[in-house]
Amino acid sequence: MSNGKSILVDTSLCTACRGCQVACKQWNNLPGTKTKQIGTYQNPQDFSSDTWKVVRFADGKKEDGKPYWYFFTDMCRHCVEPPCMYSIQNFVKDAVVRDEATGAVVYNEKTKTVPFKEVLCPYNIPRQNPKTKVLAKCTMCFDRIKNDMIPGCVKSCPTGAMVFGDREKILEMANKRVADLKKTYPKAMAINPDEVRVIFIVTDDPKKYWKFAAGG
Amino acid sequence: MTNHWIDLRNSDCLLIQGSNCAENHPIAFKWVMKAKERGAKLIHVDPRFTRTSAKADFYAPIRSGTDVAFLGGMIKYIIENEKYFKDYVVNYTNAPFLVNDKFAFDDGLFSGYDAAGRKYDKATWTIKKDDKGIPLKDPTLQDPRCVLQLLKKHYSRYDLDTVSKITGTPVKDLQTVYEMFSSTGVPDKAGTMLYALGQTQHTGGSQNIRTMCIIQLLLGNIGICGGGINALRGEPNVQGSTDHAILSNILPGYLKAPVSSQPTLDDYIKKNTPKTSDPQSANWWQNYPKYTVSLLKAWYGDKATKENDFGYSWVPKLDDGQDCTLLNMIDNMYEKKIKGLIVFAQNPACSLPNAVKVREGLTNLDWMVHVNIFDNETASFWKGPGIDPKKVKTEVFLLPAAASVEKQGSQTNSGRMVMWKYEAAKGPGDAVYYAGDAVIQIVAKLQELYKKEKGAFPDPILNLKWDYIDDKGRFNVVEVAKVTNGYFLEDVTIADKTYKKGDCVPSFALLQADGKTSSGNWLMCGSFAQDGTNLMARRKKDDPTGLGLYPQWAWSWPVNRRIIYNRASVDLNGKPYNPNRPLLAWVDGKWVGDVPDGPWPPMSDLKNGKYPFIMKPDGVSALFGPGLSDGPFPEHYEPLEGPMDKNLLSSQLKNPVMKIFSGPCDLYSGCDPKYPFVMTTYSSTEHWCTGGNTRWQSWLTEAQPQVYVEISEELAQLRSIKNGDKVKVESARGSLPCVAMVTTRLRPLNCGGQTIHLVGMTYNYGWLFPNDCGDSANLLTPTAGDANTMTPEYKAFMVNVVKI
Repeated sequence: MSNGKSILVDTSLCTACRGCQVACKQWNNLPGTKTKQIGTYQNPQDFSSDTWKVVRFADGKKEDGKPYWYFFTDMCRHCVEPPCMYSIQNFVKDAVVRDEATGAVVYNEKTKTVPFKEVLCPYNIPRQNPKTKVLAKCTMCFDRIKNDMIPGCVKSCPTGAMVFGDREKILEMANKRVADLKKTYPKAMAINPDEVRVIFIVTDDPKKYWKFAAGG
Repeated sequence: MTNHWIDLRNSDCLLIQGSNCAENHPIAFKWVMKAKERGAKLIHVDPRFTRTSAKADFYAPIRSGTDVAFLGGMIKYIIENEKYFKDYVVNYTNAPFLVNDKFAFDDGLFSGYDAAGRKYDKATWTIKKDDKGIPLKDPTLQDPRCVLQLLKKHYSRYDLDTVSKITGTPVKDLQTVYEMFSSTGVPDKAGTMLYALGQTQHTGGSQNIRTMCIIQLLLGNIGICGGGINALRGEPNVQGSTDHAILSNILPGYLKAPVSSQPTLDDYIKKNTPKTSDPQSANWWQNYPKYTVSLLKAWYGDKATKENDFGYSWVPKLDDGQDCTLLNMIDNMYEKKIKGLIVFAQNPACSLPNAVKVREGLTNLDWMVHVNIFDNETASFWKGPGIDPKKVKTEVFLLPAAASVEKQGSQTNSGRMVMWKYEAAKGPGDAVYYAGDAVIQIVAKLQELYKKEKGAFPDPILNLKWDYIDDKGRFNVVEVAKVTNGYFLEDVTIADKTYKKGDCVPSFALLQADGKTSSGNWLMCGSFAQDGTNLMARRKKDDPTGLGLYPQWAWSWPVNRRIIYNRASVDLNGKPYNPNRPLLAWVDGKWVGDVPDGPWPPMSDLKNGKYPFIMKPDGVSALFGPGLSDGPFPEHYEPLEGPMDKNLLSSQLKNPVMKIFSGPCDLYSGCDPKYPFVMTTYSSTEHWCTGGNTRWQSWLTEAQPQVYVEISEELAQLRSIKNGDKVKVESARGSLPCVAMVTTRLRPLNCGGQTIHLVGMTYNYGWLFPNDCGDSANLLTPTAGDANTMTPEYKAFMVNVVKI
């Protein structure tokens, strides 16, 4: 097996335009859900069976008293050794497929018989459709990749914050980018690059972006 | 833009002030990020910490409506610390010119003020000239009456302490911004300024931009790669619509709208054609007669002859001093002076200020025709909140339209690049495809009626050259584009080259004032090649300079020049000031690089060389600019509604020449404790303008579902408001329930010991759809306009916020 594919998400380049959030819904035929303004730009508030990508907004004050506003375009990390896959396979052997060529972790309808609370995910990604009980999350746009197209979210990104490619190349890019960013942001890091295929780069403590950014 | 989007990547320092580029130009912002990747510094100055601020190397807060003070302080810093680019300032600006001895400035007012008329007599706002009519200069810049010394004196009052008290920006933040940006005043560095509606939508909006221009000229940042003064225009096609004169004060190509005191073509041309006595000044506007006559020929064809002034008398004339811009139009509608309204693709019931007045004005119409891809709050105003349909006499016709992607045509981007696009899908049913389709049919009907019934003055309608219909009877968009470019109407020989009747005119330099050429907009002349090839449809990706000019990708006005005033990027001998980014160079007797601002040799050729700022009669750029109505140097005044009871720089509190409306709906609060907070309005990434298109899109309303007001934690505490609480925002004109968004991104400002709270709202919502999204922020905004352009003051006014 090759090392498969990866996505680099450089949050230092992300402007939270939410093109990726919308592109995800468009490609995957997911409906816009009914939301309310509750005092944040973030909406929908969280993942659901109809929402596989959420741009999370976190604001606060820096040490000098000036504001910060961090953006985290949350999605399934497509773990190299996916805890969800192993936990689901304890119940239904073929409800999850890890694609040989890409490493994409893809659920199917058979997940509906899996007890949802037994599904392990350090990043709190999978959600259950309340009616059908089928589990849902990002597919890495597996169907696009098979047709020589890059994932919808990556395609929509205007600033190049998201890049898709062969895992070795993405890891190399991540290392180089972190080294560059460290000159300005000493806390810059790639989050769990050896464990996940969707590798986030942050310039501050991951917890300031989102409590499950680096796994919970 | 003087420059263009891609060129942002060439900058060393980007100052974004009065723009939220990341949110409102999300795709274009990639060029800002590319500059940052190259090591450029990004500065954001804004009342709010936005998604743009989040990406900035340095963010400074500012009280909305105080940009002239902020930037005036930078002018002082640049001059007193000699950070300006002296060679450029001496040769390419009017800094050395001597000003009329009677010109004066005292306590907030320039010489010539007429308090009763609220206007200036500009007789003293002039440059001294010698007996040959050439401006008097002091190239040493020491003469106390030279422009630079007067500029220095004017802004000497804008010291850090005073500026900080006005703007609320901490002194050390001011210093940081001034130092960072003025570091580009050297030959091998480029600084760019990006602005948008945050600068223009003020009663002193034009002067905000002038202040930016002055800084950029002092630093030698105009005409160079990575520099410029860059207005970020967007999807509403501000660039294209102004080029093509969707404004009441201009004709296509920024020719002036004729007025009644100019009854003949000769009067009009004499009034509007600038003169120079300086042989080194190209004075490009000397071609005004050629552009005017060619325009008249495009409109009236064979009916326009030398004998009848090419039909000039058929062009509508404004009364002298008449202003027909939107605020006055709405005022007239409110006063029942307008009977009918045709609205194409707009939503004035939500987009114009003081929506209470606008919506009431609409009820005074006899009829309204509305052409749009969706119903909106304007088309349905008669069933809006507080309006009883039974009492509305207005007859409304809502016509379905095709969307922009359903038709071909040209689109002009912010960088003056005009790109031809094609029909991506068919429009629905019998939708009105082009506004042109509707106009064609209206004019055809008018012509039929005038033929039949005669009427007082049928000539302007009957004499129109009106042959823009294709063989299917539809509006012929390609033919209109060609007419806009212009044709040779007879065989013409110019400089030994013969052009045949029917050829497209390939450059505006070839347009004639004798009726032998036509051009619907001289700026667009050259968008078609002589053989009729549509250059706007080009898609070649060659970049010979490596600077991102892509000269064969689409076409830019003027004459495919990608960066205007580019001859200011070289020294007097034509050598690039910045050898690392040579935009233009004089090599072996010709210019290499971008399309130069005119073919002449560099200025050191005293016989044939020309000054670089060819659109100015003096050939140099104007630090001292007498063109605006409110002063040749920008001066700080408070917004019409502001939190200060005095102006720290003069006893002139407000802009002395802005129009004050006084109808029953034109209510204003001064320093009123009932409305203690400064409000600013804006748009979000997720919705487009009033949301008239985007609110029907469930993925977008999901992301930004309802109207909200952003407030600081401190203000929330003051008003006992929690994040997500329902609140009411009130101004002297209206009130609007919404959700409170309590955030660290807004902070109170310390303005000379006074705590000023700022709040902000998007104008993306309206009552029609979705039914729980809330209404327009323009229920709160005042009817007030910029003293020069009447652009509404959406960005600074006073409100109260209370919990409900």
